[in-house]
Amino acid sequence: MIRAPSGPSKGTGPSIVNISRRGFLAGAGAGALVLAVGLPRLTSAQEQKAFGVDAMPNGWRDDPRVFVAIAPDGIVTVTCHRQEMGQGVRTSIAMVVADELEADWSKIRVAQAPADEARFGNQDTDGSRSLRHFYMPMRRAGAAARAMLEQAAADRWGVPVAELRARNHAVVHEASGRSLGYGELAAAASALPVPDRDRVRLKDPKDFRYIGTQNVGLVDNWDITTGKAQYGIDTRLDGMLYAVVARPPVYGGKVVRFDAAETMKVPGVVKVVPIDTPTIPSEFAPVGGVAVVARNTWAAMQGRERLKVEWDDGPNAGYSSDSYRAQLEQAARQPAKVVRAQGDVDEAMGRARRRVEAEYYIPHLAQAPMEPPAAVARIVDGRCEAWACTQAPQVTRTRLAEQVGLPEEKVTVHVTLLGGGFGRKSKPDYVLEAGLLSKAMDGAPVKVTWTREDDLHHGYYHTVSVERLEAGLDDDGRAVAWLHRSAAPTIGSIFAPDPKHELPFELGMGLTNTPFDLPNYRAENPEAPAHVRIGWFRSVSNIPHAFAIQSFVAELAHAAGRDHKDYLLELIGPPRLLDPVEIGDVWNYGESPERYRIDTGRLRRVVETAADGIGWGRQVPRGRGLGLAAHYSFLTYVAVAAEVEVASDGGLSVPRVDIAVDCGPQVNPERIRAQMEGAVMMGLGLVSTAEVTFRNGRAQQDNFDSYELTRIDRAPGEIRVHLLPAADPNMPLGGVGEPGVPPVAPAIVNAAFAATGKRIRSLPVRGQLAV
Amino acid sequence: MVNLTINGTTHAVDADPDMPLLWAIRDLLNLTGTKYGCGIAACGACTVHLDGQPVRSCQTPVSEASGKAVTTIEGVGGQVAEAVQAAWIKLDVPQCGYCQSGQIMSAIGLLAENRRPTDADIDAAMSGNLCRCATYQRIRGAVKEAAKTLGA
Ligand code: FES
Ligand code: FES
Repeated sequence: MIRAPSGPSKGTGPSIVNISRRGFLAGAGAGALVLAVGLPRLTSAQEQKAFGVDAMPNGWRDDPRVFVAIAPDGIVTVTCHRQEMGQGVRTSIAMVVADELEADWSKIRVAQAPADEARFGNQDTDGSRSLRHFYMPMRRAGAAARAMLEQAAADRWGVPVAELRARNHAVVHEASGRSLGYGELAAAASALPVPDRDRVRLKDPKDFRYIGTQNVGLVDNWDITTGKAQYGIDTRLDGMLYAVVARPPVYGGKVVRFDAAETMKVPGVVKVVPIDTPTIPSEFAPVGGVAVVARNTWAAMQGRERLKVEWDDGPNAGYSSDSYRAQLEQAARQPAKVVRAQGDVDEAMGRARRRVEAEYYIPHLAQAPMEPPAAVARIVDGRCEAWACTQAPQVTRTRLAEQVGLPEEKVTVHVTLLGGGFGRKSKPDYVLEAGLLSKAMDGAPVKVTWTREDDLHHGYYHTVSVERLEAGLDDDGRAVAWLHRSAAPTIGSIFAPDPKHELPFELGMGLTNTPFDLPNYRAENPEAPAHVRIGWFRSVSNIPHAFAIQSFVAELAHAAGRDHKDYLLELIGPPRLLDPVEIGDVWNYGESPERYRIDTGRLRRVVETAADGIGWGRQVPRGRGLGLAAHYSFLTYVAVAAEVEVASDGGLSVPRVDIAVDCGPQVNPERIRAQMEGAVMMGLGLVSTAEVTFRNGRAQQDNFDSYELTRIDRAPGEIRVHLLPAADPNMPLGGVGEPGVPPVAPAIVNAAFAATGKRIRSLPVRGQLAV
Repeated sequence: MVNLTINGTTHAVDADPDMPLLWAIRDLLNLTGTKYGCGIAACGACTVHLDGQPVRSCQTPVSEASGKAVTTIEGVGGQVAEAVQAAWIKLDVPQCGYCQSGQIMSAIGLLAENRRPTDADIDAAMSGNLCRCATYQRIRGAVKEAAKTLGA
């Protein structure tokens, strides 16, 4: 048992929703906030290894006083400690709490938690795990609050609590016809102890009124559609200064000297501030350069343009995508570190009737959230406050404290809405820049804005991969041997010096856990040094792995003269439950391999559903083709069937996509659909245009004119999302934000092959389909 | 000093005449509903109306906006705007929402001129507005929904 930080959190910034309330219920004194925190007791079997949210830094909390506040007018404020970036988590978390609380949705409000994992549990919003990890804690928080309200009513009426029922924002005593609203009970309920979590009565899923059942509408819709929604870049404080930074064009480069004479002549420019280049690996540290601080963003940008900087490009000056691709290809053609093996691949390959080989290339990508990185920081009276669009509030707070030289308890990070994240905003370098610039400006509030050019030039890029696959086919065209070499620089390279290999979490994204029924299988991971910052990008390593594997399956089917769908289902094999650790994946998305088996039956079902949706096997007009792909990621099963049209000039369009998803129990089906629609479009972007290339260490794409995103006129004519119901409402949840993306690109490329006979092995497609 | 009439109110703004309207609106007038996404007229996040026409404020110097009526997302009103906003909410168009003020400004511009847009009209009018969350299917649906409301 520990004590919660008492009193309201300090330093509320203007126009930002901050949770400055005193606890669970209006009127509750700070002294009443004794929380049951700490990790749940582990059974002896689990003691060696924690899984899921138990394995996350700071675990979980389920105390209703932390997450639920009820005002005398009955308005319920749910505190969301996960970050909103378009996945709908503020709505979904509130739905879970409101359902167990038996609350009236119209009385629900959502407050955003600041960075404070000791209080809220883990806040890293990534890995498609907000609901996977917090569904049960949030249910318990809502149910405990309901129990306290029921107890308060029982005390008031002097009747046994068993005779009462909470129903639609009131506690009802049916026998006497009495009823009390939540607002009327709030003060009394706040004085009661929080019930023991083991005794909190959860709803039977069949009684859910919000979870999985209806569209409640997004809590931020009104603010968004009227322009009131506040993102990190919208933060505004009195006396705030505006900064942009000229960063080294090559990662690891340094300022040799600079001349700011012309910069200082720009009206509105206040100061230029050099920023040190960190040692590599630089984790989340600012990359260095020269900052221009001004009275508005435009003046800062103008000032930066007039800055003369001489750079020392440092050790990555030779990085060029063309030669690096050749290097990866060479590496993928040699035997390499074995990361998964079953049977005897070499022997089986030797006696195979036929061998098929293919190499696939997936370039660097930039997350390019529509809101570029931006943050505000100020330091007043020995306290630092930041406002940031961050996916990772706690690490932001920890690193910011180190950056400005204050103890962590003197640092507050307020979390704004994120104008998209996609993994970029898990890395708080931009917040640290704001902190160090505020410090350089004697604590004045400073907003750092990244221009789109900054975002594309100084990113944490998706890795770049060469995936080499080889298969041996028997007389019937069945794969009897399978070799997959995946060569790609690792995200580990931002944390550790020169790690040569991918980490288990990257390999476990569709390489070491491919659930194919193959007697002889080997996966290898050649060395691949990193020359830029590599970071998470929505779906991460699943993108290259799924692209290669799902394209290769179609290639094998074609080589064998078989129907692709039949061939894929045969490879997946009969419905069975696989232990991910047994087949070679020690990571399993951090989840227990017992709780989360790989269920090939579920994978088969999404394949069948997507194929049925598109009308697999039907005749299509000339120039059109149907394609299919399936991928298991983030504990969720997704298959995509696409209809593609290739014009005579090679232009590719997508009249229709069917995407089938089995993510286990669904909290907010409407948002799952939205995530899948977005995933289809992002996957289409990977095929059509997405690529960041490097020459002499410099990213060659500057803005949306050269790093093109899919526009509405290239969007599929129709996307149909098929949500498969969970077999059991109490089974564990899968992820939603990311698993839609990986199968999209291979499905489209497979369809393009069906349409044209041309096999795209290198993304993006650009002119490759032109005759 | 430049005079800017934004959402019906005229402000004397201390801005370099070359300053893009976007930054004057956001930094000098504190109307942050108009977003920055690219600064080169390639994303549409900064779309405002200039005398009723959608323009990219990142490529509109304040000198050019002076003397004209500038409307931002905070200032839209009337039948078309209300129909568009209601349709956006009904179809749950937004994901992160960052691009949506620009999307809505473009959609209002379209429907103000064309009450019965075809798919091709919608794609043409909205293709300057990027959405990284890729809400396009719902944008198409919401524009049609708004058109239906206006036609009723
Ligand atoms: S910011 Fe103006 S079009 Fe992108
Ligand atoms: S809703 Fe996120 S960019 Fe459009």
